[in-house]
Amino acid sequence: MTTARQAGLVACVTCGRVDRRGAEECARCGDTLPHQSRRSLQTVWAWLFAGIVIYIPANTYPMLRTSTLLDKSESTIIGGAIELLHYGSYGVAFIVFFASIVIPIGKFIAIGYLALSLRRARPDRVHQRHLLYEVVEFIGRWSMIDVFVVAILSALVQLGSVATINPGIAAVSFLLSVAFTMLAAQSFDPKLIWDADEEPQ
Amino acid sequence: MVQTEERPEKATGNALYACPVCDTLYKEPEVPENSIALCHRCGHVIAAPRSDAFARVLALAMTSAVLMTAAIFFPFIDLQAGGIHNRTSILDAIQVFSSGLMVPLAVVVALLIVLIPFLRLLAIIYTLLPLMRDRKPYAHAKAAFRLAERLRPWSMAEIFIVGVAVALVKVGGLATLNLGPAFWAMSGFVVVTVLQDTSMCRHTIWNSLEATDQ
Repeated sequence: MTTARQAGLVACVTCGRVDRRGAEECARCGDTLPHQSRRSLQTVWAWLFAGIVIYIPANTYPMLRTSTLLDKSESTIIGGAIELLHYGSYGVAFIVFFASIVIPIGKFIAIGYLALSLRRARPDRVHQRHLLYEVVEFIGRWSMIDVFVVAILSALVQLGSVATINPGIAAVSFLLSVAFTMLAAQSFDPKLIWDADEEPQ
Repeated sequence: MVQTEERPEKATGNALYACPVCDTLYKEPEVPENSIALCHRCGHVIAAPRSDAFARVLALAMTSAVLMTAAIFFPFIDLQAGGIHNRTSILDAIQVFSSGLMVPLAVVVALLIVLIPFLRLLAIIYTLLPLMRDRKPYAHAKAAFRLAERLRPWSMAEIFIVGVAVALVKVGGLATLNLGPAFWAMSGFVVVTVLQDTSMCRHTIWNSLEATDQ
């Protein structure tokens, strides 16, 4: 089996059409063709680090600011999930915890692992690593749940002095963190995983 | 090594295709309708054309557009607490953020749940309408379809629906809530979009765009 790279060609990222190296535009879909046959890992690292850094304020600053007649309170991401546990809504607490804590941290680890694993020349569990990549790409967007919850709650609960909910600054950092890690996953080139498995020619 | 100044289809007499996942090189596959082409090496679905797919996708996209319009303007949730009544549509949810530091948040939420899904729909309808009738595609149809493809991960209506469910539980203790018509319209939009995305074969669309655009 030959790959486009072994044949000295480049493939369009959008539609898969193969062209000679150095062609500017894809003959089929008109997208700009890459100059190299593989996308660089540097972009992945850059987005990943940006995502990790901004995930820290997302967790330490308040996500929701609630004020009622009697008191004012602020809750962080984790605090919101714990509050749900106290209400006895275990299912929903689990969803929030999973989407805002488990998925983002799992994504940081998974993308980092995939990028580091490329340094080994041995074709090692190629299919499993590719599956991991697909899972990361599929599931990453779901972290956005908490941002939407904050948006809905603050739109809904504007009852003057009785109860008001407003978004905290962590909502912005969390949104950016999710967006950055989505970009990290999107800029990861799955072909890099398969390269180690190439048949020598 | 094929090293040539010509485009590969001129050098080999046949257009070449590389699997987007593992880069394995193929002759541009011709896949009969209602069958499926998988990559030998990694199992990626290369093409899965269906009969009447263009008409079906178009019908679903137009349905989605109607449902989305309803979802934007009808009240989404209806809240009652201590004699106070508050009705929220998606537009209200976006406007709440539109002061001070939260403006970027408002813009992004509006993009993710309304503008991007809607833009994708329009781009898909624009691309497929002439293709369904075997006509020449409209100007910049390729750019429109590329845009629809690129925006796919950023269209988050389904995540918003789950967010609504979580928000309902959170407010549950504080007030009485009723779901408005927009919630059901939005749910319908999500289901129809899933159907539309699964019955759309990208490979067939690119080939038709190429074939009719000569």
